[in-house]
Amino acid sequence: MIYMDHSATTPVDKRVLEFMLPYFDKKYGNASSLHSMGQEAKKALEEAREKIAKVINADPSEIYFTSGGTESNNFAIKGIAFANKDKGKHIITTKIEHDCVLNTCKWLEKIGFEVTYLDVDRYGLIDSGVLEASLRDDTILVSIMHANNEIGTIQDMEEIGKIVGESNAYLHTDAVQSVTKIPIDVKKMNVDMLSISSHKIFGPKGVGCLYIRKGVKIDPLMHGGGHEGGLRSGTENIAGIAGFGEAMKIGEEERPRTMPRLEKLRDKIIDNVLKIDNTFLNGHPKKRLPINANFSFRFIEGESLVLLLDSRGIEASTGSACSSKSLEPSHVLLAIGLKPEDAHGSLRITLGKDNTEKDVDYLLKVLPEIVSELREMSPFKKDYGEFE
Amino acid sequence: MYSQKVIDHFMNPRNKGKLKDYDAVGKVGNPVCGDVMYIYIKVKDNRIEDIGWETMGCAAAIATSSMITELAKGKTLEEAEKITKKDIADALDGLPPIKMHCSNLAADGLKKAIENYKNGVKK
Ligand SMILES: Cc1ncc(COP(=O)(O)O)c(C=O)c1O
Repeated sequence: MIYMDHSATTPVDKRVLEFMLPYFDKKYGNASSLHSMGQEAKKALEEAREKIAKVINADPSEIYFTSGGTESNNFAIKGIAFANKDKGKHIITTKIEHDCVLNTCKWLEKIGFEVTYLDVDRYGLIDSGVLEASLRDDTILVSIMHANNEIGTIQDMEEIGKIVGESNAYLHTDAVQSVTKIPIDVKKMNVDMLSISSHKIFGPKGVGCLYIRKGVKIDPLMHGGGHEGGLRSGTENIAGIAGFGEAMKIGEEERPRTMPRLEKLRDKIIDNVLKIDNTFLNGHPKKRLPINANFSFRFIEGESLVLLLDSRGIEASTGSACSSKSLEPSHVLLAIGLKPEDAHGSLRITLGKDNTEKDVDYLLKVLPEIVSELREMSPFKKDYGEFE
Repeated sequence: MYSQKVIDHFMNPRNKGKLKDYDAVGKVGNPVCGDVMYIYIKVKDNRIEDIGWETMGCAAAIATSSMITELAKGKTLEEAEKITKKDIADALDGLPPIKMHCSNLAADGLKKAIENYKNGVKK
């Protein structure tokens, strides 16, 4: 199989796996224990913290381990909301965030917070003027994702950091998709919090972290034995955290070689797929993750497309309603202005370091064939007829 | 997620395509929902002599289009009208619950085609 769904998840890098293994059965101590085994675990924990902090230009003491991106985003948003509710109850986010941000915000609305969901333009970019105008004295948090998981659009976080920096609000960014793909510097971006997930960067699943700038007023979600500076209790997942740290280190070291190569392959995909008629690119032509391509093929439906690609050995994904639990097409594609029928016909391809030019050439051979097979079956050939 | 039978009918759809010489068509669904089905019938001596389809939709939509052609071919119009969504799903060894109503349009499409035929509407 040719795996081209790296924004969903990634395999664990062999070197990362090697690095993790001893922590399951040989160095299995509890990092809170005083004995040697415990201290060995503690050392692994702190080394991982250092590796991660280095990649994003933070201090190791500002890294808080969690169970992944979903928890980090919940932690940032609820933690700020709970700790600062006396200051204000207004939160700003965007319409294209991951569900774990959107559903957290919707839940906070139910318990008395007020949330502004910023629109995006046809490329998925927010309007910084609108952000500025939306900030109020009682705005306690702005949460804007760095790079979008579906269309790959990258927001200008430095500009956003400047604007929010002049307000009373804290700034959080979900960097789950951008870290190790593009450079990240929490100081340049002027963010107070930043979420990372290990399984998107060739590390193990079920682990991630939240960067929290020193001095930020935030409440924990997990109360208990006081781990992670009292902000995230629970015996640390040492093997996972060790693997996560190593994956960050390797990912960032290899980024200058890997990403330009993948970006070239991705551009080859875009250039050639757009030759198929009634096909367009979703997201920004330039401000996008180097690994991401997202297309809409009119007159066909994405689930069928993904399953036929799978049957020919290629794994990718779609924003079609048929692939979602909600029966709604992707909220991101709707937010950039796609008609539902075009959102149903979308395909996301996300490359990873193991993909080769040969893989891309095979995709470019098979994809047009499948699109035309499905279009032959479709009642629509040139337009949506009576439905237009 | 899908039964082997659904996958088989999706990968090797039977009787696909618009009939060249059809007597009536039933159009159901809406592109906004992602599933649209056109069921074409050719009737002779009150029987479905030939049946074809054009479908835009997920694997379940395509498999049910394919399956209804097998269930309806050769049947009288009265027999064919009685084919239900459940008959089609059963013949496919079941459909995921979420697909039962949104993608299982073929029975409705066939009913509409027969109704149009009886009313002398070709389009
Ligand atoms: C942008 C974004 N944020 C958050 C998450 C959730 O991360 P996790 O799977 O680690 O909970 C994902 C993964 O789907 C994501 O793409």
